[in-house]
Amino acid sequence: MNAVITVLGKDNVGILAKVSNECAKVGVNIIEVTQSVLQGMFAMIMFVDIGECTVPFAELVDSLTEKGEEMGVKVHVMHEDIFNAMHKI
Amino acid sequence: MINSHDILETIRMIDNENLDVRTITMGISLLDCIDDDIDKACKKVYDKICRSAGDLVRTGEEISKDYGIPIIHKRVSVTPIAMLAAACPTKSPVKFAKILDKAANEIGVNFVGGYSALVHKGFAQGDYALIESIPEALSVTERVCSSVNIGSTKAGINMDAVAKMGKIIRKTAELTADRDCIGAAKLVVFCNAPEDNPFMAGAFHGPGEPDCVVNVGVSGPGVVRAALAKAGDCNITDVADIVKKTAFKITRAGMLVAKEASKRLSVPFGIVDLSLAPTPAIGDSVAHILEEMGLEQCGGFGTTACLALLNDAVKKGGVMASSHVGGLSGAFIPVTEDAGMIDAARNKVLTLTKLEAMTAVCSVGLDMIAIPGDTPADVISGIIADEAAIGMVNSKTTAVRLIPAIGKSAGEELNFGGLLGQGPIMDVNMTSPAKFISRGGRIPAPMQSLKN
Repeated sequence: MNAVITVLGKDNVGILAKVSNECAKVGVNIIEVTQSVLQGMFAMIMFVDIGECTVPFAELVDSLTEKGEEMGVKVHVMHEDIFNAMHKI
Repeated sequence: MINSHDILETIRMIDNENLDVRTITMGISLLDCIDDDIDKACKKVYDKICRSAGDLVRTGEEISKDYGIPIIHKRVSVTPIAMLAAACPTKSPVKFAKILDKAANEIGVNFVGGYSALVHKGFAQGDYALIESIPEALSVTERVCSSVNIGSTKAGINMDAVAKMGKIIRKTAELTADRDCIGAAKLVVFCNAPEDNPFMAGAFHGPGEPDCVVNVGVSGPGVVRAALAKAGDCNITDVADIVKKTAFKITRAGMLVAKEASKRLSVPFGIVDLSLAPTPAIGDSVAHILEEMGLEQCGGFGTTACLALLNDAVKKGGVMASSHVGGLSGAFIPVTEDAGMIDAARNKVLTLTKLEAMTAVCSVGLDMIAIPGDTPADVISGIIADEAAIGMVNSKTTAVRLIPAIGKSAGEELNFGGLLGQGPIMDVNMTSPAKFISRGGRIPAPMQSLKN
């Protein structure tokens, strides 16, 4: 079961590290990461496997959203099905 | 693998363009709660709603969290209460309204719809008493919504009911005059009412529906407007295509939520209602879509054509995205709930006569319109009759949700707060249809009804 974590906001040191660290703590495996910095704006999309996640999904969403707020960036954690539903026939 | 452009587009739709699933509405049949002892019937109603929909709000919140898409309302619709009231004719049906309100409060839903009667061909036992009780029921409850179906393409228009509803709407407003006449905002008069509509205030669980079912209403006017803005100066065929593609995406999100809600609640999936439902929030307006198509302001000439295109394209895009489509499905034009409509009405660019024309091509009808407090019941009945005639002849749903602003006149404002919004009191042509309305009887079903 996969989820998509997106991080959008002003670039600063350690965003990727902090998000990855949160994932590792709860057994969420990172499958793929794409990131770009355009004119100081940071955009990262991370595909993760939540099959072995040790906490309920809602808790993972809350902890990463909170981490994002600490860093001044916007974090979304969403089940991949929403993207498949909206963009694939 | 999902493309990053698609991911960012979805997030932009949710964060900036107000994409949401407007409502998960659980339809619950109360036919097994009928009892000639009203107290026993009320207890069965309360128990059944709490048992069937006890997990509705929590499940909705969980789905919202998993998929990152807001689900604004979790609601319940029930069998038209007139059918239950029929079994206990000597008791006031208001008791049912109070128990629905209590159950809604217990399970945490913000509205429960179905304080309703279906009288398009005439009044059965229970119907008249229920209609008579609507003003009191809506004044002593917070969360109960009421609707009455007074006409259909198959049956014609019950003019006795039309006459009655003019008076009932006025009385409902009068009894809640201290709260901006909010009672009338929870009362809809329909022609061709759908039995599976998930949207309030007109939702009820029709007698042809299963015991329990989950219906979902989608939304997203802001997303459609943004997609058109991004496309720039394209021709009108391209506009229709953009609306279709956007509606498809919105509806797929709704379908996913519907399937998931059905699975988690162990209740069959009913329909997705493909609607563009506005809210008073900036960036969530149907009027602004029409203006994005090229109108100076909603209500000017060209509005009906733009709305017809929008309504049709929403359906074409949405219909492939869902396995079952139903409810109202189209663009809503509730005046006080739409920031663009409110502005246009304040400027007197959008008038009641233009709105009537628009209802021939939109999904519902004259919706959330504040009218002067001295509008006679006969004139309200005349408005209902005209609107029902449009629905009857065009084989479509039409509805009237008017709020007589007791003690106020045209140009002043009503403010309901929240999603019901606010807006100016619109001018009404007060020429009397009293004699026509007082004739009673039934307008025969039109030729369009003879399809067999």
